[in-house]
Amino acid sequence: MSGPTIEELEALKVQLTAEIDGAADGAALEGVRVAALGKKGSVSGLMKSLGGMDPEVRKEMGPRLNGLKNEIAALIEAKGAALENAELDARLAEERVDVTLPVTPEAQGSIHPVSQVIEEMTAIFADMGFSIAEGPDIEDDFHNFTALNFPPAHPARDMHDTFFLTQDGAAQASGVGAGNEPPKVLRTHTSPVQIRHMMTHKPPIRIIVPGRTFRCDSDQTHTPMFHQIEGLVIDTETHMGHLKGCLVEFIKAYFEVDDLNYRFRPHYFPFTEPSAEMDIGYSVEEGNISIGTGEKFMEILGCGMVHPNVLKNCGLDPDTYQGFAFGLGVDRMAMLKYGIPDLRPFFEADMRWLKHYGFRPLDLPTLVGGIAR
Amino acid sequence: MKFTVSWLKEHLETDASVEEITTAMTRIGLEVEEVVNPAELYAPFKVAHVIEAKPHPDADKLRVCRVDTGDEVLEVVCGAPNARTGLKGIFAPVGTQPPNVDFVLKKAKIRGVESNGMLCSEREMGLSDAHDGIIDLPEDTPIGTPFAQVMGLGDPVIDFEVTPNRPDWNGVDGIARDLAASGLGTLKTPMPKPVTGSYDCPQAIELTFDAETATACPRFAGRYVKGVKNGPSPEWLQKRLKAVGLRPINALVDITNFLSLDRARPLHVYDADKLVGPIRARMGQAGETFLALDGNAYEVTPEQCVIADDAQVLGLGGVMGGEASGCTEETVNVFIECALFDPIRIAKTGRATGIVSDARYRFERGVDPEFVIPGLELATQMVLDFCGGEASHILDVDVTSHDAQTQDMPIGLVKKLTGMEIADDEMMRILDVLGFAPVRQGDVIHTTVPSWRPDIEGKADIVEEIAHIYGYDHLPLTPLPRMEVIAKPILTERQNQARWGRRAAAVRGLREAVTYSFTDQPFAELFGGGALALKLANPISSELGTMRPSILPNLLAALQRNVDRGFEDVALFEVGPQYKGAEPDEQELAISGIRRSAGSRHWQGKTRAPDAFTVKADALAVLGEMGVATASVQVTADAPDWYHPGRSGTIRLGPKFPMAHFGELHPRVLKAMDVKGPVMAFEVVLDNLPPSRKKASKARGSLAVSDFQSVERDFAFVMDAGVTSDVISRAVLGADKVLITEMAIFDVFEGASIGAGKKSVAFSITLQPTDKTLTDKEIEAVSAKVIAAVKKSTGGELRG
Repeated sequence: MSGPTIEELEALKVQLTAEIDGAADGAALEGVRVAALGKKGSVSGLMKSLGGMDPEVRKEMGPRLNGLKNEIAALIEAKGAALENAELDARLAEERVDVTLPVTPEAQGSIHPVSQVIEEMTAIFADMGFSIAEGPDIEDDFHNFTALNFPPAHPARDMHDTFFLTQDGAAQASGVGAGNEPPKVLRTHTSPVQIRHMMTHKPPIRIIVPGRTFRCDSDQTHTPMFHQIEGLVIDTETHMGHLKGCLVEFIKAYFEVDDLNYRFRPHYFPFTEPSAEMDIGYSVEEGNISIGTGEKFMEILGCGMVHPNVLKNCGLDPDTYQGFAFGLGVDRMAMLKYGIPDLRPFFEADMRWLKHYGFRPLDLPTLVGGIAR
Repeated sequence: MKFTVSWLKEHLETDASVEEITTAMTRIGLEVEEVVNPAELYAPFKVAHVIEAKPHPDADKLRVCRVDTGDEVLEVVCGAPNARTGLKGIFAPVGTQPPNVDFVLKKAKIRGVESNGMLCSEREMGLSDAHDGIIDLPEDTPIGTPFAQVMGLGDPVIDFEVTPNRPDWNGVDGIARDLAASGLGTLKTPMPKPVTGSYDCPQAIELTFDAETATACPRFAGRYVKGVKNGPSPEWLQKRLKAVGLRPINALVDITNFLSLDRARPLHVYDADKLVGPIRARMGQAGETFLALDGNAYEVTPEQCVIADDAQVLGLGGVMGGEASGCTEETVNVFIECALFDPIRIAKTGRATGIVSDARYRFERGVDPEFVIPGLELATQMVLDFCGGEASHILDVDVTSHDAQTQDMPIGLVKKLTGMEIADDEMMRILDVLGFAPVRQGDVIHTTVPSWRPDIEGKADIVEEIAHIYGYDHLPLTPLPRMEVIAKPILTERQNQARWGRRAAAVRGLREAVTYSFTDQPFAELFGGGALALKLANPISSELGTMRPSILPNLLAALQRNVDRGFEDVALFEVGPQYKGAEPDEQELAISGIRRSAGSRHWQGKTRAPDAFTVKADALAVLGEMGVATASVQVTADAPDWYHPGRSGTIRLGPKFPMAHFGELHPRVLKAMDVKGPVMAFEVVLDNLPPSRKKASKARGSLAVSDFQSVERDFAFVMDAGVTSDVISRAVLGADKVLITEMAIFDVFEGASIGAGKKSVAFSITLQPTDKTLTDKEIEAVSAKVIAAVKKSTGGELRG
């Protein structure tokens, strides 16, 4: 058997190429493939006929037919890929969304300024070696007053508008609590934690105490509950110069001002001697307040050297140990730094206020990332 | 405490300006609150002459005045009954604002007549409360004289805060002493000269106390002055009192007020003719009452020290005198009291009666015990000067010790406590001017504590004396040295848990609120609280009357406030205390949140309204962030009373640790609080978390992953509707603890097709082989175990 001529093969190739080219979709292309390379296809038929050919002819036709088969297969594959692409493009051309439509709403959470500011302050003081101590909101007279060198009926107690708790009925009846033991109070400051800490820890002590405090006072600028942060350093040589160094460093870091204008003034607190108040400068320009610089002064905190009587009351020898304490209002510090005009909305949980003055859930104040962003 | 600059200069020789004085005061601890310069404040207001006052044509009570201001003649409409032709008054022109008027005066038509300014009353000028007519000055007052000059108010008034430790600052002499020490001038307070009496004091004094109450009034000095003529005090004294806001009354009263301010020495003057028998300081008796000078009647108690005579209680010693023995214009013979009272007893009496007086204020802070006789001499001299009369000898009943306190201070202590280098001479100078009579002996300064300084009780107080006068501007700026320890966590475990829990709740879309620790008593009772021991004795208002047993009632009140403002979608949480009792260990720390939303419409479909599972997820997120292994918690269908009984639960780690509650709040609770529901809530109580076990190493266990393919199989069972999903999951996971690594419920269905009281539960399991690929046979075997286990524990049937 002689087999097909070269011309016949060429004609078949031209024919098949044209059919492949002309295939409009995947199904038509598959038809062409079956007709050419399927079991009964034209190219397959020729391949099968190879066996009956003369060896000489087979030797020549074998590679030719194989080449044709491969060529057609490649063409079909290429056409298939092209058709697939075209189909995908056509489909994608149909698949459009209005990307300006709003996303599904997800509630946004936030952190209260008081929490945020306490974390900011903690970050700064932590760097200076302070750790956090805590104590109860409901205090006894001893920790809130007596141990802090407020003698009973001392007029300094009148400086604190104290909330008293109702005396327990059983205590009243047994006479144990009633006249002899003063009623419990809501702590008027965070200072009782100084006492609790000194009575249970040995110096050196460096703590800060953030927390809720209470005074029965309520007007435009006072709420019956507010927040304080207390600081206490006790060792054998810390003096008022360290107090000044520590607080100036803190205020600079907190308000992020380098050229802080400040002054320390003598004042009186029963639990410190000597006592002082720290004022910082501010200025008002076109209604905007700038904190830290400026010629006007505002009081920012109270401080002093821990009173020898307080040390004694905690079992520490004042001839050996000394140190300083300070206290400042957290809410007010938040107001000053973040320009929050009123105190009272702090505790009203108005969603609009929380949204406006709140902080993002993952906005963690750190020294590396910035105390405030 | 208010005083005027000229008053200060009676005690302090100085050329300092007002500004220098106030700067020095603040620098040494007398915190200036206000400086009022009347010459500036009152500058626009001058004397004017009413040329003619005639009735207003359209108003009976008004008059139309032609007023000569010195510069021009203006028409002014005036409503005062005393507006008359010829009156000399104080005129406020258009464009000014008198101190006690809350608007700027404008040209205005009053009932058709133009008015160009105002003739002022004393109240409008901020001088007194008198408002029954306009100021009516003597006829010869020159027109155009500034108001401040007419009233003698030229003197700047300084108001400052007296700290409770410095009773001596309640007298102008005490202020002058500290200013002198600060270098502002020289102290020149005149020493009182003794007044020689001409007869024995006819008024007997008795101190009637037992041993326990002897300190109530340890000294009572008195003196009789006969034949006085009480009347107005001299002009200089009246002006001084007026300048600091006191109303002159009569010479005898003005004298005591003056000495109270000038020397911090309260006194009392009795009309001696109204006294019956000896005057007696004693404890009150139950049932006794007296009419005080403030016009109120007070009942006295056996804890209070009274001054009485044979007839009645005359007053509360050191607090307030009584009407019965008060001086009037007709008083002829007087008895002057200068006594000492126990500060603590005075404070208690003051608090119990609510009486606020200059005497109480001074006695409870401490009055100089050695100034009794000098104070009495000063008062006598002033009575004689202003009212005439003849003074008796002094009668002095005195059981005080007169022991002077001494206090030593090692000279190095100033540097040790303050860090300031202060020259020894400067320390000695400061103490000397302050009256401490310092004596240097080696390294110690001996001092004698001045009798007017009850606050000095230790060497630190002497350091303070030197430091506050020397000035805190000199404090060195010393950095706090670093602690030589390895950095350890600054926060305790619980503080860290609170911090992470807070962030986790915020990430879940809740907004952090901070609400009061108090709540309304009925609300507290709804949440298991309201115990007597947690009730405030003196709340701001009844809504804030008790300590909250839970954060929820306050969040709910806040929620409703938001709803009332039109914000229907509320998601709030708080990290804060709740109170089970008044003891320190009865305060818990909780992270609690509430959610309320009707769901909102969106183009992709309605968003899901929160339900019990939303807040369950909140609680689990908070717990998980705090380090609780949430995969091993148990959830039980019980929760406190304030939750919906069928839609709430508790998340526990074993029976001991009920860490969190969650679910829908009880409709009855919401109704009682007037809150629009439904509201979902969760409460995580940090105190109920198990203590974490400290791990020896931070290293994690090795990661075990299998290279063999996992297999998933689905099952569906029909079972009683009451079977809970945890029963199913326990059964499934227990069926083969090695191969079954996951179990997930993907469908729960109840309906008629299943049968009444039944439900269909569909779940998938994941089988993860570790050593070889599973054969069909092995998979079938596990499936069979699962089916058997579920059947056994739930009584359910596999669906065909």
